[in-house]
Amino acid sequence: MPLSREQVEQIASLARLKLSPKEIEKFASELTLILDYVEQLAEVDTDGVELKDQFITAENVFREDKSRKSLSRDEALSNAPDKDEEFFKVPKVIG
Amino acid sequence: MSEYDGYEPVIGLEIHAQLQTESKIFCGCKNAYGEPPNTLTCPVCLGLPGALPVLNKQAVEKAIKMILAVGGKVCNRSVFARKNYFYPDLPKGYQISQFDKPIGEGGEIFFSLEDGTKKSCRLTRIHIEEDAGKSLHPEKGESYTRVDLNRCGTPLIEIVSEPEMRSPEEAYGYFVKVKQILQYTKVCSGDMEKGHLRCDANISVRPVGQEEFGTRTEVKNMNSFKGVERAIKFEIQRQVKLLKSGGSVTQATLLWDESRQVAEAMRSKEESHDYRYFPEPDLVNLVVNDVWIENVRENMPELPDEKSERFIKDYQIRPYDAMVLTDTTSLADYYDEVMQYTKDGRTAANWVQSELLGVLKDSGDDISTFKVRPNMIADIVNKIESKEISGKMAKTVFAEMVESGKSADVIIKEKGLVQISDEKQLLAIIDSIISANTGNVDKYKSGKTNIFGFFVGQVMKETKGQANPEVVNRLLKQKLDG
Repeated sequence: MPLSREQVEQIASLARLKLSPKEIEKFASELTLILDYVEQLAEVDTDGVELKDQFITAENVFREDKSRKSLSRDEALSNAPDKDEEFFKVPKVIG
Repeated sequence: MSEYDGYEPVIGLEIHAQLQTESKIFCGCKNAYGEPPNTLTCPVCLGLPGALPVLNKQAVEKAIKMILAVGGKVCNRSVFARKNYFYPDLPKGYQISQFDKPIGEGGEIFFSLEDGTKKSCRLTRIHIEEDAGKSLHPEKGESYTRVDLNRCGTPLIEIVSEPEMRSPEEAYGYFVKVKQILQYTKVCSGDMEKGHLRCDANISVRPVGQEEFGTRTEVKNMNSFKGVERAIKFEIQRQVKLLKSGGSVTQATLLWDESRQVAEAMRSKEESHDYRYFPEPDLVNLVVNDVWIENVRENMPELPDEKSERFIKDYQIRPYDAMVLTDTTSLADYYDEVMQYTKDGRTAANWVQSELLGVLKDSGDDISTFKVRPNMIADIVNKIESKEISGKMAKTVFAEMVESGKSADVIIKEKGLVQISDEKQLLAIIDSIISANTGNVDKYKSGKTNIFGFFVGQVMKETKGQANPEVVNRLLKQKLDG
């Protein structure tokens, strides 16, 4: 089933991507191809197969509740595009 | 339900409680409040590429504890999920939470309203998740928001109630009880001011008798227990007014403004929630077997209701007093210890509640380190009981204790506070007072019995307040009426 323009726009907006009308067309057809490809899995007979949310058989990987040294503030802020002496700076968020 | 013009409120609460652990939920950064901004981070909680979360076992144990404390079911298998949304205080772009397979299901909170009415509210679920960082909104004229990521990855449980509460007072009673259980079990400090405990309310109203729920709104940003009650009341009244005037409620998220006492829709247009939950591929499933559950159950401390029942039964106090005395574990422990040194539960309860709490409220001292220790209060109670000192003297002794920290015996000796109950000694004093005040005696005998107090006052004056008032009253009556 081909993806509609609206669906592509919705996905783009959730991912904070700004697409031109031309790109929307392009992605609609490309994403449809991907979905169709994955859709082939539906042909497999899965009757009686248990639904899984994890494919790793390991369970309960824990750490004990011990604290250790954190990064220095300079290190923490070093990759930030914008910052002051103490904080990350981001465009104004309202609310 | 005439309180809301023929409408009945329907309220459900979502409570977020930060777990009292040493480290964060998925990394070893310290779980601490009030540290300098951005000094408690690492690649995991900063969401740097390639960093992987590892679950804190103690955080899981605290969640299990709370689920058991509220009579919920600990699920043997639960799954972490990603809740996807963009916000600057969430560097990964998703919050690790639990979605369709939470660790806890069901449970029920039993609580009382302020007038003593008993209520209960069932829980939908309790799940584990991580906290986000903190945004510091711009001051006037600034064009950016500051972000502190220290709080990122702090372990949380979210406690979701069924929509079973029917008034702001019920919501308050429920919330306070949840806090009390969190504190008793040491799962969470319960401190709202520090944001360790937060509460969002889902509110709708419907005509009394209607089965179907009305359209609900969500109110956030309350920062005190009473604030939660006030915000809910405000929102109910707003919805009722809207419906009465022919309007309709639109689904929205409102922010409570405590200083202005209003709840208003968030200014930024919230995207329609589309969190695209999916199982967190970086974490394996959480399996809690029955051995673990039983182990936590065996180590469960005495819960508020159990403590309160024990106090009523063992110390013979009234349910109301038991409720006050079990408000916090530190107060309950104090009273419990007083009772190791005295048998008079009621007098002890009165002294702890009125005198002790009164002083602590004024001084701001912490009860667990306060210089008047439980055995010292018990001393006073015992001395009142044995009539060694009067109630009035006891207050003098207590005031001096608070001042100096000295024991009751030392204070009584220093101040010469001995109650005179000896009838011979008192009779001699009474006789001399009667013979010196024949005029007043005649007045009394002629029916002006309200002058009785004059004689009591004279005896007290003569004995510097040390006469046993009960004995004085009895002897005076005999003399004057006889």
